[in-house]
Amino acid sequence: MTDPVPTAAVLAVRELRKSYGGVPAVRGVGFAVPAGECFGLLGPNGAGKTTTLRCCLGLTAPDSGTVELAGLPVPQAAREARYRVGVVPQFDNLDPDFTVTENLVIFARYFGIPAAQARANVPKLLEFAGLGDKATAKIDALSGGMKRRLTIARSLVNDPQVIFMDEPTTGLDPQARHLVWDRLKSLLNAGKTLILTTHFMDEAERLCQRVGIMDRGELIALDSPRNLIEREIEPQVVEIYGDGVRDWAAAFGRTASSRIEVAGETAFCYAHDATALLATLDGWPRLRALKRAANLEDVFIKLTGRDIRD
Amino acid sequence: MTDRSALQPMPGASGGTLGVAPDAQARFRPLQVIGRNFLVWRKLMFSSLVGNLVDPLIFLVGLGYGLGAFLPALDGVPYLNFLAAGMLCYSTMNSASFEALWSAYSRLAVQRTWEGILHAPMTVRDVVLGEWLWAGACKALLSGVAILLVMYGLGVVDGLRPLTVLPVVVLIGLCFSGIALVVTTLARSYDSFTYYFTLVITPMMFLSGVFFPRNSLPEAIRLVARVLPLSHGVDLVRGITLGRPLEHPLLNIAVLLGYGLLGVALAIRIARRRLTK
Ligand SMILES: Nc1ncnc2c1ncn2[C@@H]1O[C@H](COP(=O)(O)OP(=O)(O)O)[C@@H](O)[C@H]1O
Ligand SMILES: [Mg+2]
Repeated sequence: MTDPVPTAAVLAVRELRKSYGGVPAVRGVGFAVPAGECFGLLGPNGAGKTTTLRCCLGLTAPDSGTVELAGLPVPQAAREARYRVGVVPQFDNLDPDFTVTENLVIFARYFGIPAAQARANVPKLLEFAGLGDKATAKIDALSGGMKRRLTIARSLVNDPQVIFMDEPTTGLDPQARHLVWDRLKSLLNAGKTLILTTHFMDEAERLCQRVGIMDRGELIALDSPRNLIEREIEPQVVEIYGDGVRDWAAAFGRTASSRIEVAGETAFCYAHDATALLATLDGWPRLRALKRAANLEDVFIKLTGRDIRD
Repeated sequence: MTDRSALQPMPGASGGTLGVAPDAQARFRPLQVIGRNFLVWRKLMFSSLVGNLVDPLIFLVGLGYGLGAFLPALDGVPYLNFLAAGMLCYSTMNSASFEALWSAYSRLAVQRTWEGILHAPMTVRDVVLGEWLWAGACKALLSGVAILLVMYGLGVVDGLRPLTVLPVVVLIGLCFSGIALVVTTLARSYDSFTYYFTLVITPMMFLSGVFFPRNSLPEAIRLVARVLPLSHGVDLVRGITLGRPLEHPLLNIAVLLGYGLLGVALAIRIARRRLTK
C-alpha cells in the first residue's frame, strides 16, 4: 500500500523492504506523515512495526526502498536528521549509572547542546513529564510509568520536530497510560509530529489522525480511524454470550447478522441494523447480549484475524 | 496520581531550535562518550584511585623486594627496578583491557547505553572510538601515572626523563583497548572475557618480559614473543625508565599502534553489524 506524498511531509517512506536471514520482516511498506499529524502504526506482534521505525530512523539499513525524514535522505543522512527527531524506543534504555537529571543533561550532550543550556531546560522537561520531584532519583528507583515518562522527556531534549514512539504505553497501568496520553496530546497541541506504534486500539483511536495497519510485514490498511470503521466494517456489533450460544449461532447467526465470528463462548455479530438480530434472542433467556458501535478493534480483528501471534 | 497537578504545557513549541543546526556541528563526537564515562568514573573516583595505587604497590614491594632478595642484579640493575618497568606495562594493559571488556560490554549489552546514544545524532563509529580512547588513553593513563608515582616513591626512578613513558602508556593502552573491543563486540556473554584473559593476556604477560628478560626464553618462544605487542611496550618502557638507549623505538611504536588501530577498526565494523542489523 502507498499513499500520495504531501509536500509538507515530515516523513516519507516508499516501498520499504527488510529481511532477516531471508525471512521478510517488512514487505514493501510506504506511507507519508504530514507535519503536525499523529500517525499510528498498528499491528500484531511481529508485524514489522519496530523494524519499520528503525529503518525510518536510520538505525537499520533497509534492503530496498527509500526514506526521507525531516527533508533528509535516510540512512545516508540519518545522523543529521536525528538532530530534529526524538526517539522513544520500545524498551527503555535510560542510563542506570546516572540520576534522572543527569540522564537528561548527558543525553543533550550527544546533540552538542552545551551543558549549561541543557541543565537550564531540565526543570521544564521534568515538570512536563510529571517528574518534578524526582530530579535526583536514581533510575532504578523509578516505576515503569516514570521510566517511560522520563524516556519521553529525554526524547524532547533537542526540541524535536517529530517524535517516534515505539509502544509508548505497553506495560503501564491505566493511570499511567492516561497520563502519557495527556502528555502526547500536549505535544500535538504544541505542533509536534508524532509517529507511534501501539497495539491498543483505544489509544490509536484517541490520539491518531491516521493509522496504518500492518500484518506480516505489509501495510494492509491506511486511513483515519473513522474512515476505516466506516469502510471496513458494519456499524453495529452485538456480542452474545452465555449457555447455548453456539446453538443460537447455528440457528440464527448467519441470517440475522451480515457477519458472525464465534470465539470461545462469545459470538461477535456484525450488522447494519441489529434490531432484527436482537429480536431473535427472545426465546433464549440464558443468553446475554451487548450491543455497541463498531470500533477500530473490530476493524483490526477483521483485517488481521483472531489468531495469537507471538 | 498526585503529580498531575504539576503538569505544565509543553516547553518550546518551535521544533528543532535546541538541537544545533547540523552543519554547525564541528565537534569531535567521541568526546561526548568519553565525557559520559568520565562522569560515571568520577562518582567512584576514590576507590578507583586507591586501587590504582595500592595494587602496583603491593606487587612491587612484594615481588620486587621479596623475590628480589634472592636474585642477583638482572640486566645489571636490582630486580625491583627491572620489575617496575614490566609492572607499568602489565598494569596499563590490564586496566585498558578490563575497561574495554567488562565495562564496555555492560554498556553495550547489559545497560544498552550504546543503543541509547545511537538515538541521538551519534554513530556507531563515534561510540566505539569514544570507548577506545576512554579505556586506552584515560584509564590507561590513570593507572600508568599511579605506578609511576609509586616508582618515584620507591626511588626506582628519578628526574624528569621517566615522564616520557606516559605517551608510551597511552600507546599500550590504545593497543590493548583496541584488541579488547574486538572481543567485546563479538561477545555474547561475560564468559568470553575469561577465555580471552586465560588464552591471550596471561600468556602475553609471561612471554613479554614483564617478570624476567625474554632472552632467558627458548629461541622458538622468543620469536613468538617478538610479535606480541606487550613485548614492544616493555622494550620502550624499560629502556626509558632504566635510562638506556632504545633499540627499535619506531618498530615498537608501529607495532603497538598497528594492533590498536586494526583492533578498533575491526571493532567498529563488528559493532555496526551487531547494533544496526
Ligand atoms: N534483529 C533481528 N534479527 C532477526 N529477526 C528480527 C530482528 N528484528 C526483528 N526481527 C523479526 O522481524 C519480524 C518483525 O519484527 P518487529 O519489527 O519487531 O515487529 P513488531 O514491532 O511489529 O512486533 C519478526 O518476525 C521478528 O522476529
Ligand atoms: Mg515492536
